[in-house]
Order: sequence, then C-alpha cells, then structure tokens
Amino acid sequence: MKNINHSSSMSRPQTLAQKLIAKSAGVEAVSSGDILTCKVDLAMFHDSSGPRRLKPMLESLGARIWDTSKVVLVLDHYVPATDAQSTQIVQITRDVAKEWRLPNVIDTQGICHVVLPERGHLKPGMFCVGGDSHSPTGGAFGTYMFGIGATEMLGVVVTGEIWVQVPRTLFMNWRGKLRDGVCAKDMMLHMIARLGMNGGAYQAVEFTGDAVRHLNMHERMTLSNMSAELGSQVGLVAPDQITIDYLKNTRNDLNEEWCRHALQHWYSDEGSEGEHFDFDANELSPQVAAPHSPAKSASIQSYGRERFNVAYIGACTGAKLEDLRAAARILKGRKVASTLKLLVAPASAQEQRIAASEGVMKCLEDAGATVLANTCGACAGYGFNFQENDRVISSTARNFKGRMGPASVDVFLASPYTVAASALRGELCDPREYLS
Amino acid sequence: MSSEFSKVWRLPGDIDTDNLAPGAYMKLPVAQIAKHTLESIRAEFASSVKVGDVIVAGPNFGIGSSREQAAGVLVELGIRAVIAPSFSGLFFRNAFNLGLLLLTCEQAELIGESELIQLKQETRQDALLGIQHTFWVISEKREKLKCSDIPDFLMQMIDHGGLINVLKFKMNYAHNIKAE
Repeated sequence: MKNINHSSSMSRPQTLAQKLIAKSAGVEAVSSGDILTCKVDLAMFHDSSGPRRLKPMLESLGARIWDTSKVVLVLDHYVPATDAQSTQIVQITRDVAKEWRLPNVIDTQGICHVVLPERGHLKPGMFCVGGDSHSPTGGAFGTYMFGIGATEMLGVVVTGEIWVQVPRTLFMNWRGKLRDGVCAKDMMLHMIARLGMNGGAYQAVEFTGDAVRHLNMHERMTLSNMSAELGSQVGLVAPDQITIDYLKNTRNDLNEEWCRHALQHWYSDEGSEGEHFDFDANELSPQVAAPHSPAKSASIQSYGRERFNVAYIGACTGAKLEDLRAAARILKGRKVASTLKLLVAPASAQEQRIAASEGVMKCLEDAGATVLANTCGACAGYGFNFQENDRVISSTARNFKGRMGPASVDVFLASPYTVAASALRGELCDPREYLS
Repeated sequence: MSSEFSKVWRLPGDIDTDNLAPGAYMKLPVAQIAKHTLESIRAEFASSVKVGDVIVAGPNFGIGSSREQAAGVLVELGIRAVIAPSFSGLFFRNAFNLGLLLLTCEQAELIGESELIQLKQETRQDALLGIQHTFWVISEKREKLKCSDIPDFLMQMIDHGGLINVLKFKMNYAHNIKAE
C-alpha cells in the first residue's frame, strides 16, 4: 500500500485524529476515508493476547520483533494465577519475555492501560496499538491508540506498521461543569446511551468543552477508555497544561520547547470536518446501566429499588486513583451493608500506594471492603468470577451477559461514587445523598 | 462467480465477543472454545453448524473485546461468511486477519432463518480506490442484495486464509528476490 494523498488541498483544516495519522503515515494531511500505512511508535500486549499467541506465529514465520524497545508487555489478565492453565499461561509469558529480551515488562503491577501512562510510555503525537480493546485509553494523552487482535499484532511486531482508514471525528462537546458526585463515568454512560454501543462506528471520538478541560488525567482516561464501548477506534482529548503536568511527573525528557510544540500542534483545527454532539454537564445526574449492556444507561432517578449483594470497584475503567478517592469520600466513617460484600481491586500497585498514603485505602478497608490484587480480576472474567444469581453493582465498563460470571449474574454499571453509596445501603443509592 | 448454496443461521443484533468466545473458556485453544460458541444465546449452534454455513445477523456484530478468538471460533467451525448491516470495527479487522469474510449488507435483515443463499463476487478496478471486490447475496426469495465493497488488500487476506499467510507469502517473495 502506498501512502498517496487523495486530498487536493494541503492547507485544509485537520482534526486531531487526522494530524496524528498524517504524522505516522509521513504525509502532510489526510482525508476521511483514505487508507494509509502508519508507523507504530509503541505496541502493548498482555499475558492473554501477547506471547502465548504471538510466539508460535512468529516462529512459523521465522521472523523477529522489529524493535523490542517499542514493545511493552504487561501481565495483568491471568495474574495471580488461580489454576494450572493460568499458571502455564503466566509461565509462558515470563519465559518468552526473557527469550525475546523485552526491555519493558510490567509484571503484576497493575492493569495495562493504567501502568502504560504511569510509567511514562505515552505522550501526545504518538501512534500506538494495544492487544486489548480498552487501548483507546491512551487517547487521553493525545496519543492515537487503538486495540487490535493477536494476529494483527503479529503483523505489527514483524513490520512495525499497520493500516488505518482515516476516520471521521465525532466531537463530544461538554459545556458547563459537573456537579459534585457526578464524574467522567457518568458522562460516558450517558454518551453510550445516546449513541449506542456501536454509535462510534469505528470513527474517532474527541472529547471537548469546559467540563472536559476541568477533568484530571484519570478522569480523562475514563472517557477515552470507554470509547471502546461507544465502538469508536480512538477516544481523544487534546493535550493541555493538565496533560503536560501529568507527563512531567512520569518522565524527565520533556523540555519546554517540546511541551510548547505539543500544545500548539495536537488539537483539532478550527473548521476541521466532524459531527458535533452537545452535552450539558450541569444537567447530568449519576447514570446507571442496567443488565446486560452499557447502552442501557439512564439517570439514577429513573430506577426503582434495585438490591445488590456485591459491589465491585475495579478495572482500568473504575479503580484508578481518582476512582478510589471518590469511593473513599462516600465510605469514610461509614460501614458497608451487612447484606453485601464490597470488593476493591485498585488498578495499579502505584496508585494503591498513593491511595494508601492519602488514607484512602484505610477508609475503604474500615468500611468493610475486601482489597483484591491489582489486576483485571472479575472484569475480564478470566479468573475470579461472580457466582450464580449474584446481583452486582460495578464501576467496570461492560455488563454483557455471562462476561463476569454465570449467565444468571446481573451486573449494573455505575460510577465509583454510586457503587460506594449503593454498597452502604445494599441497594441502588444516589451518592449525592452522602455529599453535602 | 457464484458459490455453492449456504444455509443461513439468523442471529439478532449486538452479538458480543463474550457470546462468541466466552471469557471463562479463553484459557483453552480455539478448537475447544469453538464448542461453546454462542452457547449463551443459541445452545445448539456449535454442535449443529456445518462447514459452509453463513451467519446473518443484526447490527453491531462482534462488539466488545479485542479477543480475536471471537472470529477464530467461526473460522474453526467453517463459517463461510458473516452478513450484517454493521460490525464492530475491531472485530472487522480481526475477522479479515483470520481469513473470515464479513459482508456489510444494509438489507441483511431481509434474509431469513435456514434460507439457502449464494454469494456472487464481482471484481473491478476503481480509478481512485484501486481494485475493489463486491459481493451479492443471491436467493430465489428476492432480488439480489448488494454488500459494501471490499478493498483488494483485505480480499487477499480472505484468499490466502489470513494475515499470517499473507506475511509468509510476502516474506518468501522478498527472500526469493534477494536470492536472485
């Protein structure tokens, strides 16, 4: 495939997504619908999608990884191993990491989408792929990052390249300011209800507006993360000073000139093509998705009595530092209902340490939470699962039938605020009742 | 060219990757996950489906995870094609990478359960887009239904049986050129 521009005008305004693709394809500008080959700056895969699938395919090709410095391997799905099969998968992963001499291996330190930025692997302007559907999380950093399957990952690690069809951009413009107790997860559930599970149609979503500008990086990651549930290829937030401040904490190679360039270049030009969707943050109340789809989301006021026996705060979507802080604000000095168990699986070891230093973990534990490992846990449904007829309220991203346990399990999705408040009552509860 | 007749399995919209390759079986090889394909919504599917059968589904087929086993199980079971008004973009890439033909057909919903259909392929050269492949769904029950064009590089994945074989082909080619 040759990278030929069909666009006649080079001065045409470009969206952030178009600029990111143009850079990695080595062309001036691109148009929606163009099919281009892009150079990959970083490829991330984990213990499920990675070595166990890639090794046999690489060997059958007699090929090697194009550049191990651009690969990050994360063990997060089958750790801690619970049975013989997962033990074997984890062992293969560790053996292959040694054999391939991978310089970047993050083993049982947290979920890939959280540890990747935490370790400074992402920055604005990069073009990245991940062997996991929630890879659009990287878009929060102005990175063009999307999920691919294992065979496509083989193509990437052999060639260092991947094809993309330049997407249209759907601008999600959030004006106003979120009310206390309402957060990015509520924004996302609301957008998915409005557009549908595949409403993003594999296009680029870009989150804009005052309400987005006020979100910290963890909250922006929640937006980008659940772009997967919107069915978009990527979920982007243009970098600003909040992005730069986060990045400076994770890496020390960012000089002022680079930062200035990042801020002046990685945004959607005035007048660039796209569809616009407007939302009012002031009006948003906590959102809850009923079983078995994130698209079945509605305001909490529209629900009747829903009792739960499990409350789960976990996953890359719902157990980052900011999510743990939100839950702690509700749970502080209170006790979880006796009819329910609260499970908390912090998204990374580093975030758990920070939460512990702030007293957040103590709040959760004193309220009666059981703290689980820093892994995908019940969200992936690969190891730890819920039991027959469990009724669960969860801060995770997906509530498909049979995903997190037997088909009889009912999972409701909500923000960490709402999960925490519901844990106190043993039934669905508006967290604003506990915030005054 | 028209193909043999294929029997249709009719499925609803929003078929997700946990329906196709349930998470609980993800530790197993594809051949074994395949025995559980669609068991949460159509228990008899995996044991009754025949090589060459076609799935016709509602919109958003394949939403959810990046696990390519969701497409791999359909290859394993010998599904000739999946026809739907829309697919998850991630599933779409995975399917072609594994050599599974997906046909985007706005009118897919007209096709009925157990119907016998044929797929007719036409190939043309587009001045701007290069070689494009068009499939038609032929049935004696109605006018033929047009599916969206497939660019040649994706069709090559179907013809070679997936990306890995395309890569093998290209690497052999490069090797032979060097040897000469």
